[in-house]
Parts: sequence; C-alpha cells; structure tokens
Amino acid sequence: MLRRVPEVLVRARGLTKRFGAFTAVDGIDFDLFRGEAFGFLGPNGAGKSSTMRMIGCVSPPTSGELTILGGDPVRDGVAIRGRLGVVPQEDTLDIELTVRENLLVYGRYFGLPRKLIAERADQLLEFVQLTDRADSKVDPLSGGMKRRLVIARSLVNDPDILILDEPTTGLDPQARHVVWDRLYRLKQRGVTLILTTHYMDEAEQLCDRLVVMDRARIAAAGTPRELIEAYSSPEVLELRFAPEVHEAAAEKIKDLGTERIEATADRIMLYVDDGDEALERVRGTGLEPLASFVRRSTLEDVFLRLTGRRLID
Amino acid sequence: MGVSPPAALAPAPGSWELTVRSLRCWIVVYRRTWRSSIWSSFLGPLLYLGAMGFGLGSLVDSHGTAALGGVSYLRFLAPAILAIQAMQTAVGESTYPVFGSVKWNKIYIAAQASPLRPADIYRGHLLFNTLRIAMNSAVFLIVMAAFGAARSPEVVLGLPAATLLGLAFAAPIGAWAVTVKEGSSFNYVFRFGMMPLMLFSATFFPLSRLPGWLLPVAYATPLWQGVALCRGLSLGTLTASAAAIHVGYLAALSALGIWAGGRTYRRRLYV
Ligand SMILES: Nc1ncnc2c1ncn2[C@@H]1O[C@H](COP(=O)(O)OP(=O)(O)O)[C@@H](O)[C@H]1O
Ligand SMILES: [Mg+2]
Repeated sequence: MLRRVPEVLVRARGLTKRFGAFTAVDGIDFDLFRGEAFGFLGPNGAGKSSTMRMIGCVSPPTSGELTILGGDPVRDGVAIRGRLGVVPQEDTLDIELTVRENLLVYGRYFGLPRKLIAERADQLLEFVQLTDRADSKVDPLSGGMKRRLVIARSLVNDPDILILDEPTTGLDPQARHVVWDRLYRLKQRGVTLILTTHYMDEAEQLCDRLVVMDRARIAAAGTPRELIEAYSSPEVLELRFAPEVHEAAAEKIKDLGTERIEATADRIMLYVDDGDEALERVRGTGLEPLASFVRRSTLEDVFLRLTGRRLID
Repeated sequence: MGVSPPAALAPAPGSWELTVRSLRCWIVVYRRTWRSSIWSSFLGPLLYLGAMGFGLGSLVDSHGTAALGGVSYLRFLAPAILAIQAMQTAVGESTYPVFGSVKWNKIYIAAQASPLRPADIYRGHLLFNTLRIAMNSAVFLIVMAAFGAARSPEVVLGLPAATLLGLAFAAPIGAWAVTVKEGSSFNYVFRFGMMPLMLFSATFFPLSRLPGWLLPVAYATPLWQGVALCRGLSLGTLTASAAAIHVGYLAALSALGIWAGGRTYRRRLYV
C-alpha cells in the first residue's frame, strides 16, 4: 500500500533570532506537517512568541533556514501571510468596532469580496458561539469571548496554517475549556495548527506532536506519549511530609531504590512503574507521609526532568 | 521524509492594492467615530474666522489695509486659516492615532499579521489622513466662499493646495510618531512646533511685521509655504514661479516623509 508522503508546511533548520546581543531563539529545527496540531511547550521567556512571529513573517530570522508553505518569509511574506491565520499572544481587537465589524475589516485585508466575508463572518461567529453578540462592542466582552473572537477572525481567510500563541493564557478554567473545545473541532476538520503554551494539559490535549522549548532551545521533541515514555515513568508517586521532616525523608527515600526522585519545596515525587508498590516500600522504611497519591506521568514531569524546573513558577 | 513543495504561493498583490486595503479599515473605523470629531474639526476654524476675521477685522480695516496688500483683514486671514486647519488636522491625525495603532487599539499589530506590509499600513493610514484633510478643507472653503472671504475663483485650487500642505505635515510626522515611546512627546510638537508656526507664518499678520532676520526662518517653514500658496490662490495674486516653489517644497517634504515612513514603520513593526 502506498502511504501518502506527509506534506511539510513549515521547515526550520538552525532557526535563530537575536535581539541585539540577546539570543531569544537559538538554532532550532522542526517540521510542521499538513493536518497536524504541533505544539511549543515551554515556560515564559523560552522563545515561543519569537518563533511564532518568525513563522508569521513579521519578524525576520537572524539566521538559519525557514520555509513556510514553500516560500521564504522575507521575500514571500505577503503571499505567505495571506494563507496564515494568526492568534497573537495579546488580543489585537479594535474596541471601537463591533464584534462583527472586527471580522469584516480584517477580511478586507486579505482582499476577499465583501459578500464572502459577510457569509464567513456569520459562520465563524456561530462557530465560536458569539452570534448573539455580533452587534455588540468588543470592549465589554469577557476575556474568553475576546479570545474566541480573535480565533474567529484568524479563520476569516480560511488559512492553511493556524498559529495560536498561548490561546488560553489568562482565561478562567471554564473559558479555557470552551476554547479547547473549539480548537479540537478545528483539528478534527483537518486544520493545521501550531500552538504555544505553558500549560502541560493544553499541550497533552491538543497536540499531536510537540517540542519542549526552554531557554531559546528545543530540549526534546515527539508525541506527548513518546515524550512521557522517553523522559518519565508510567506512574508518579507524590508524597508530602511535615516540613520539619521533609528533607530527612527525601534523603531516606533516595537511599531506597534506583528510581528517579524529584524533591520540590513542598513534595517528593518518585518516578516509578508501579506507584502503589513504591508506596509500600516507602512505608517499609518506617516513613509515614502526611499525604500520598499515585498519578500518571504528565508533560510537566517531562519538563522537570529535562530542565530541572517547573513550567509555571 | 520527503519534502513535497505545497502548491505554489499565489502572486502577491501590488502596493496600491495593499494600500487601499489598509485605507478601507480606517474608513470603517471613521464611519463609527466621526460624530465625536466632526465638531472640533469644523467649529474651531469657523470660530477663528468669525472672531478674528470679522471682529478683529473691523478694527484692522479701519486703520488701513496697505500692509495687507490692500485687501480686507477677513480676506487676508481666511486662506491662512484654511492652511492652519490643514496643518492641525494633519498633525492631529498623524500623532496619537498612529501611536495608538501600535499601543492602544493595535490596529497596526492586527494588520501586520495579514498580507499588508508595514509600508502598506503606513500609506493606507496616510491616505486616510489625507482624505480627512481634504474633507475639512472642502467644508472650510465652502464657508469661505459663502462669507465672501475669497476674492478669486482660483480659490477652488485651495483644496488641492491645502491638502498638499496637510500631506507635507502628515507624512513625516506619521513616520516619526510610529517610533515614539511615550505619547507625551506629542505635546512638544503641539506646543513648540505647531504653535509658533501658527503664529509666525504670515497667518494673522504679514511677515513685514517681523524682524528681518526672522524672514528666512519663516520662508523655510512648511506652513508659510502653504499659507502663501493658499493666499495667492484666494486673492488671485499667485505667480507661476511662486506656485512652483511652494508646490515643489511641499511635494518634496511629502515625498521625504513617505520614504521615511516605509522605513520607520518596518523598523517598528518587524522586530
Ligand atoms: N523585541 C524584543 N527585544 C528584546 N528582547 C525580546 C524582544 N522580544 C522578546 N524578547 C526576549 O526574548 C525572550 C523570549 O521571548 P518570547 O519569545 O516572548 O518568549 P515566550 O513567548 O516563550 O514567553 C525573552 O527573554 C524576551 O524578553
Ligand atoms: Mg510568548
């Protein structure tokens, strides 16, 4: 059987961005394939937005190779941007206009006929569940609604690639779930997504593949499952002890076995195959934790393993 | 893994097409907000014309108008106010609105994610500002004619003249405004730029009242060039050579501003 060769939409090799002497993106490599949802997971300052801006053709790379939809971002910026949808980290809605007008104005930037934009605007407002707010001003909308409107706007030109820079940062949990649900639907429709996030649950839920980015570099790449298998264990046993015995307990557990252990300020994590069995062994040494629980490994554990730090401080 | 090139990118639209796309956005925004600016932009010049042209004018005229070239103070003043209004509209539209498009409502930031390039964003906004200047000038010219404040039918050419004058301000100031970090910088332009220009460019009194050493300074300012152009047209006294100098000066300043704007916008938006 013939397998279709995946179509590369974005290709980066040694991609670098410097601001003066400061290197924000330090020689990263990645490929984006048509139809996938590709994530950049990393903490604040990792260089995610700088990378998104280079892909969005609004920030010329300092060095390295970057090809987007077969074109060069500097030479072919106009044509490439015409086929991208961009949700920037900060909302860029015009608060003097209504919800619907924001879509209409934006669609005109792409040279689309008025009638087509009007049709799409209606469909997109429906899609992001803002139809009943179509004629209201943008200003009084909630953060989640504004974010959905930016997403709707980014789709007005029916883009080949949708770039989302921290789509749910700053939203409350409920609003985040609404956004996730919409993005999940786009994914199912086959829209190619690039997204950045510092939420490991967002990356796990939405991304087919992702890179872990830290301090301007890519620390690891793969599917969420591959990354967890490669850099973490199937289960994690989390233990809490009283503050006065916390350090002593950590030392004692370290002597216990060969598994990896991470001790943070308030808890001790054991990366193990079987969490319940590990807890028995801990108890066998006479230690009695105040609290304990067993959970599956997450991308947060991967990040901790790779960088020694947590995603969100 | 094979790199199969995606369907070739469509050819990019031309600069003019992209400029018009940028302009359209401003027209939509203006349709929403014109009510709040309409009075200040028309009423101010009318008050000047009324109070100074008629009020002060009756006093001036009774002392003889030889220094004014033998015309009534109203007719002397009106074309200057046309020019001042063009300058004020230009400066007003190309300072805070430009700055705010980066910092506040982020119109530029939204637009730059679209096919528009920084130069298109600049030119579209400038074109809109030029249309606003033309609109305000047209209304003022109608009022001028209605009050008999123009002597020559050439005054209709005051519309392109005042618009060009406005462009000569709007183009370089917009190019600079996009680089500004604090909006308060604009107060210097208003206070130490616009204000002296407004007072000493043969606007309210003829240049012959200024000390001689100041004359070259006055001649070098864009507002004086614009006032001289508008007054020459309104009074029917403009010579072809004077017209060429004024128009050439203002066109050169506009061209310089447009050239700079493409660069400053790129530097500001493409970091
Ligand atoms: N225009 C700029 N000038 C100077 N430094 C910048 C600029 N933009 C970003 N940086 C710096 O580059 C680093 C990476 O920033 P960014 O790409 O925004 O990271 P992230 O999106 O992952 O939080 C940060 O340290 C930031 O301060
Ligand atoms: Mg960022």
